[in-house]
Amino acid sequence: MDVLKRVPVREQDPAVRAHNFDEVCLGYSLEEAKAEADRCLKCKNPKCQTGCPVNIDIPRFIGKVSEGDVEGAYHVISEYSALPAVCGRVCPQESQCEAKCIRGIKGEAISIGKLERFVADYAREHELRPVVQAEKKNKKVAVIGSGPAGLTCAGDLAKNGYDVTIFEALHEPGGVLVYGIPEFRLPKDTVVKSEIENVKALGVKIETNVVIGKSVTIDELLTEEGFSAVFVGSGAGLPKFMGIPGENANGVFSANEYLTRNNLMKAFTDDHDTPIAAGKKVAVVGGGNVAMDAARTALRLGAEVYIVYRRGEEELPARVEEVHHAKEEGVIFKLLTNPKEILVDENGWVKGMRCVQMELGAPDASGRRQPVEVEGSDFTLTLDTVIMSLGTSPNPLIVSTTKGLEANRRGCIVATEETGCTSKEGVFAGGDAVTGAATVILAMGAGKAAAKGIHEYLSEK
Amino acid sequence: MYEIIRKEQLSDAIVMMEVKAERVAKSCLPGQFVIVKIDERGERIPLTICDYSREKGTVTIVFQTVGVSTHRMGALEQGDFFRDFVGPLGNYCEWIDEPAEELQKKKILFVAGGVGTAPVYPQVKWLHSKGIAADCIIGARNQSLVILEDEMRAVAENLYVTTDDGSYGMKGNVNDCIKKLVREENKSYDMVVAIGPLIMMKFVSLLTKELGIPTIVSLNPIMVDGTGMCGACRVAVGNEIKFACVDGPEFDGHLVDFDQAMKRQQMYKTEEGRRYLKEKEGATHHGGCGHCE
Repeated sequence: MDVLKRVPVREQDPAVRAHNFDEVCLGYSLEEAKAEADRCLKCKNPKCQTGCPVNIDIPRFIGKVSEGDVEGAYHVISEYSALPAVCGRVCPQESQCEAKCIRGIKGEAISIGKLERFVADYAREHELRPVVQAEKKNKKVAVIGSGPAGLTCAGDLAKNGYDVTIFEALHEPGGVLVYGIPEFRLPKDTVVKSEIENVKALGVKIETNVVIGKSVTIDELLTEEGFSAVFVGSGAGLPKFMGIPGENANGVFSANEYLTRNNLMKAFTDDHDTPIAAGKKVAVVGGGNVAMDAARTALRLGAEVYIVYRRGEEELPARVEEVHHAKEEGVIFKLLTNPKEILVDENGWVKGMRCVQMELGAPDASGRRQPVEVEGSDFTLTLDTVIMSLGTSPNPLIVSTTKGLEANRRGCIVATEETGCTSKEGVFAGGDAVTGAATVILAMGAGKAAAKGIHEYLSEK
Repeated sequence: MYEIIRKEQLSDAIVMMEVKAERVAKSCLPGQFVIVKIDERGERIPLTICDYSREKGTVTIVFQTVGVSTHRMGALEQGDFFRDFVGPLGNYCEWIDEPAEELQKKKILFVAGGVGTAPVYPQVKWLHSKGIAADCIIGARNQSLVILEDEMRAVAENLYVTTDDGSYGMKGNVNDCIKKLVREENKSYDMVVAIGPLIMMKFVSLLTKELGIPTIVSLNPIMVDGTGMCGACRVAVGNEIKFACVDGPEFDGHLVDFDQAMKRQQMYKTEEGRRYLKEKEGATHHGGCGHCE
């Protein structure tokens, strides 16, 4: 075996998986995991750990895998993370832990993500649960939102003995893990449900169908319902649209809507009532991970799918792995292309999209080269569906109903990075509600920091 | 789980249910809505709030059984449960924040069309509870579709009922009644609140624009989450795109693009209808019914 090369991970054949919602990646077997773990150099000064937003002791857990002690490896990871089966699947490891791996200097970095996933899946299959030993503190903390930030914050606080209740606006807990990320990347009934059960096993209560700011306000939680602190992890917010003609036509969706119908409401199954106008010829506008998810979902629902993105391949914000998978499955990339107008038929439905070719000009303030239109290069794509995946703007609901909670110019809640502390006493925040749309693991890191901040705040009080 | 503590059939296809939902009952106000979901596989259905009791912790909803999910909901009985019941969503009526003495001076005409009578009722009731008089028109296709008449009569200053076929009350539509009140009886109104089918709200708004009466309408477009996340409920108001769930559901009737809203309303009609027929007829459904291909 070549120690410079990774143990390859098995995947579903692209031609087969393009037509089903089963998971793409099949994960390592015990033998494969041990072989991959054996490649770890067990550095004295492990750089990988510094690349992890929740600071997992990576060499220690990999060492356990290498010894064949998967249970031990699981307990190492769960000291740091409540959602390892999720992170092993959706973290951008290539730009975090794996980017810092010393093995990666000469050869390929250790597959830390795939090993984490293996350990978490093993734990689930063998019904291992995180260990709780904290003494109960008689203090209640409210967590708003049950996405990655909220679950992490709640889990850490419960481990510290706090009485934690998560309030979730939707009918299922999990936030973006259930409504946003599709089944073929993150199975809901097995992986997500079980990680949430683990958080509940720590003593965390989850109340669904509560919209904070509407059903009850943060001020009421603090004064009437006896909570000593609140963590706001309410997520990214309202989908953006381009503001081009025809955008309100039937058949134009936000990626949020398209994915929510499919993932949360399970429109892709026959036995759920929620419909989805899946489309036969679909363009997804945008180049991020959400755009890839929407494109690959439309493909599985039977469409021919284009990704329309105004910059080039190198500038695609999506993970390389996601772009690679999308291409393998047959998504067509229309790069350096920008929509100008959505063409609408007499019944109000999408019939096409007029686009223009772009070229990259001078770098802007962020260092990225600005796309500029190539004059006279207009062309039309024949389509029946357009999915806008352009990011989100913050939901004003919580800020507008909470006295003294400051937001910045863009509408994001202002909170310190180290502790999640906001302008309002007893209120902490983190995740997309603070940073704008980012990744699962960054939200988890923020949830973790805020749990520490809340613990310090309540210990001094 | 949210228990149905009372069910009443208001007409063949219109059902009223009083549901135990403490958090919603505690904080809701006229103009807001809820989203209900019958069970694991059901849709999230947005419904306007028809009534609420802070003491009993209940919220009353009224719905028409039109698609597969509302048909399944209509089959529930007293003692059954909704799996999910979330709210209150959207903004309450703007005038609720006005001082009572200002509101006293205003003459408001409510125009309720069909099932739209349900969301109008709590508004008139709220005003009545503050000692503010308001007139109300209930319009329906025929007598059997006139709902909540006694309840409304108890809280409205003057109640007018119209039916398209003349089977009850005045023969004609709500606009005929508005014209009669304003032009023949010389009544003057400072504001009209119209809630009902889009086509009704469109024509009421056209008429009130002509009459120079500011008009509020309440929209109930397709939505999924109801908290601003999906953008399905976007509607053109003036030159802006608004989300009915977070910016509405009430808007200036003179600015709403009703034609576009009606087209968007159609979006899932075929998908939903097809699914319902497929479920009802099972393997025997092979088309030819005129409702699908």
